[in-house]
Amino acid sequence: MLHLVLIVTTPPFFLGVIAKTKAFLAGRKGPPLLQIYYDLLRLFRKGTVYSRSSSILLRLAPVMIVASIFSSSLLVPLLKTAPIRFEGDLILFAYLLGLVRFMTILAAMDVGSSFEGMGASREASLGALTELAFFLGLVALSAMTRSTSLTAIFEWEGGHPFWNPALLILFATFSLILLTENSRMPIDDPTTHLELTMIHEVMILDYSGPDLALILYGASMKLFLFMAFTSSLLWPPTTANIWMGGGWLILKVTGMSIAIGLIESANARLRLIKIPQLLVANFVAAALGLAIILIGRGV
Amino acid sequence: MEWFLTGIIVTTFFILGASRLAPCIRIAAVQGAMLSVLPILARGSVTDPHSLGMFFGTFLIKAILIPILLFRSLRQSKIREEMEPTVSRHLSLLAGGLVVVLSFSWQLPNLPGSHSPLIVPTALAMVLLGFLLLVTRRKAVTQVIGFLVLENGVFLFGMTLATEFPITVEMGVLLDLLVGVFVMGIMINHINRTFDHIDTTLLASLRETE
Repeated sequence: MLHLVLIVTTPPFFLGVIAKTKAFLAGRKGPPLLQIYYDLLRLFRKGTVYSRSSSILLRLAPVMIVASIFSSSLLVPLLKTAPIRFEGDLILFAYLLGLVRFMTILAAMDVGSSFEGMGASREASLGALTELAFFLGLVALSAMTRSTSLTAIFEWEGGHPFWNPALLILFATFSLILLTENSRMPIDDPTTHLELTMIHEVMILDYSGPDLALILYGASMKLFLFMAFTSSLLWPPTTANIWMGGGWLILKVTGMSIAIGLIESANARLRLIKIPQLLVANFVAAALGLAIILIGRGV
Repeated sequence: MEWFLTGIIVTTFFILGASRLAPCIRIAAVQGAMLSVLPILARGSVTDPHSLGMFFGTFLIKAILIPILLFRSLRQSKIREEMEPTVSRHLSLLAGGLVVVLSFSWQLPNLPGSHSPLIVPTALAMVLLGFLLLVTRRKAVTQVIGFLVLENGVFLFGMTLATEFPITVEMGVLLDLLVGVFVMGIMINHINRTFDHIDTTLLASLRETE
């Protein structure tokens, strides 16, 4: 139950934490921590405008996106165990996130604007590279723990192997995937409004009102999910008490948000041509992690 | 120990993916420093004179002297800093990953008395990655770095026999390496003086003047 409450209510808060960190490091005061909630409320009260060239897809996409992110969040053990768990649910997790990307791209193409098509093609090409690394990372995790369910993976039977170099490599890999998937700074700038350079933002130009709110909410949820997932690699979910588990989760995700804020303040956005190289390097690192795990176990 | 071995492979990836020469040399120095710690870890004691000697010798040569020499030849030849590999950096990174996966997937025998199952595959991967760097880069300086990586792999393999190797042999190998890099520095200068750059592919078109 707490799992559901956390996943539904808290995500926009962490976008506020990131914005606040960035503002602090830039010497500004920054928007209030709950700004995203105000934005969402304002957007939900507005009406929507649809482009005349768009079809039902554009109307369907926001709901689909939020729904699939929400259902994929049910598979991740945020507290002790995930609400839904079965053998092999990590494949479903990866594909639900793939569905999110698919719907975003499809809806962007649906409008027929050339800018959005450009963003969609960029998103697709980056997605092809991140998904490889993501799957390889998942395979490495399940090889490490000999289980194919996310809940079982994050239980770390026989203790959490913190002193394993492969785990640190995987953590780095998943952190970069987090930045790419959620279009954060070194890959994509979430605050830019220059169409030529944006990736994710350009695809949602045609949404307005409640639809835009849903997209924004879905994005924050996805970010929260990825942060919880990545931080669980190094700091597994505690099992002692459900309230303590929740507090611990909030604490580590806040830590991740502050880290993202730091990264975003310290780095400039990469040139688009450099990004694939970074992602290829990420993929190779994931492969190395898998190799180390396999040889370390003597398989 | 596994941390250092992993770190060594990751630094090699950095060298493969780096786009400028100076960071490349610095990373090679870091790699040498990591490598020099390994003999102490392999022996498991800090006071053992053999491993201490190896540590200081390796550190001095691999992490200090060779980078200084490389930086000197970089300064003297006044070359452009970009790497200009013959194969694009994406591809060389992917090939590097492939090499590592291959060398980890062979069922290599774990030598008796070695300290980690990772040592032999890592050494093999380093040697192959060194070859890759040698083959795919055009500048003489990057080829020296490739040679260094290759030699680091050989050194790593020697680590598995560290208990049997006399220190004089190790030191002799290290000095050979130093002299090798020294000679290559002089060569780079000569190539540079003759051709105005150090692109080794041009050496293929050398012919006697009539």
